[in-house]
Amino acid sequence: MAERLNVNPTRMELRNLKRRLSTAVKGHKMLKDKADEMVRRFVELAKENKRLREEIETDLAGALNAFMLARASSEDYIIEEAVAYPGASLTVKAEIDSIMSVPVPSIAIEKDESGDIFPYSFAQVTAQLDSSIVTVTELADKMVKLAQVEKSCNMLSIEIEKNRRRVNALEYVMIPMIEETIKYITMKLDENERSNTVRLMKVKTMLADK
Amino acid sequence: MRSNKIAVIGDKDIVLAFKAVGMDVYSASDAAEAASALKSIAPKYSIIFITEDLAQDNCQLIDRYKSRTYPAVIPIPPPSGSTGFGMAGIKADVERAVGTDILFNKED
Repeated sequence: MAERLNVNPTRMELRNLKRRLSTAVKGHKMLKDKADEMVRRFVELAKENKRLREEIETDLAGALNAFMLARASSEDYIIEEAVAYPGASLTVKAEIDSIMSVPVPSIAIEKDESGDIFPYSFAQVTAQLDSSIVTVTELADKMVKLAQVEKSCNMLSIEIEKNRRRVNALEYVMIPMIEETIKYITMKLDENERSNTVRLMKVKTMLADK
Repeated sequence: MRSNKIAVIGDKDIVLAFKAVGMDVYSASDAAEAASALKSIAPKYSIIFITEDLAQDNCQLIDRYKSRTYPAVIPIPPPSGSTGFGMAGIKADVERAVGTDILFNKED
């Protein structure tokens, strides 16, 4: 049995409570629909997230390994010099998108194609460095995509959890409480009505007996 | 205007690879260095990649950035291969949102 609210059993209170109940029920239904849709979107994103992460984990580990090998096979300063001034600058367009009114990042890559992807001369460095840099360049797109998807997943999952709390609070606390109070007030008012009727009848007989 | 740059935090040996493609790199050899680097650059970048080994030791700090839209702090595997930290993050998200793990249970 839900606890009832601490209110006076009056008609005015009853009317207010009925209005609150209908709002709560409507809100509960809407939040529940929102939760369903958010979970659907989330599952799509999570699958995408998993796929991207798997791809990146395999490819990137290989590329970084190749890079480390390349680094080991040349002098340190040569590599550092070679990559010190990147030819292409990688910038992104970061905006805020909205999935079910959850603010999620929307990131688009903006490549500056003007520069060569190899910022160094081929004279000094090994071919391993070239290939690892080619892979990393190709992966950059995917990594940005992963960042967007993974962040969206994070934000959505946090929002889904919050939303679930709201739905549960409405369903298991708010609504039963209001219903219980409405019942209590109705009973109290009916009781008053009955006692009033009985009193009137009693008065009537007393008057008739005189 | 939101920042439009990408940063990478990781071991000195590997961050150079990302420097070559035009990302800004911050080298950190241990968790404490990574934490201070992350804190100082967080407002300036929209995406921050951090290697999994460093991310693992700083997961509390990274959790703090999770509820904000930017920056996106994303763990990437170190050259030694993935430690599974990134995947664990997805798993945790799914568990939080759906209640049970529906993506990974096929393989377990």
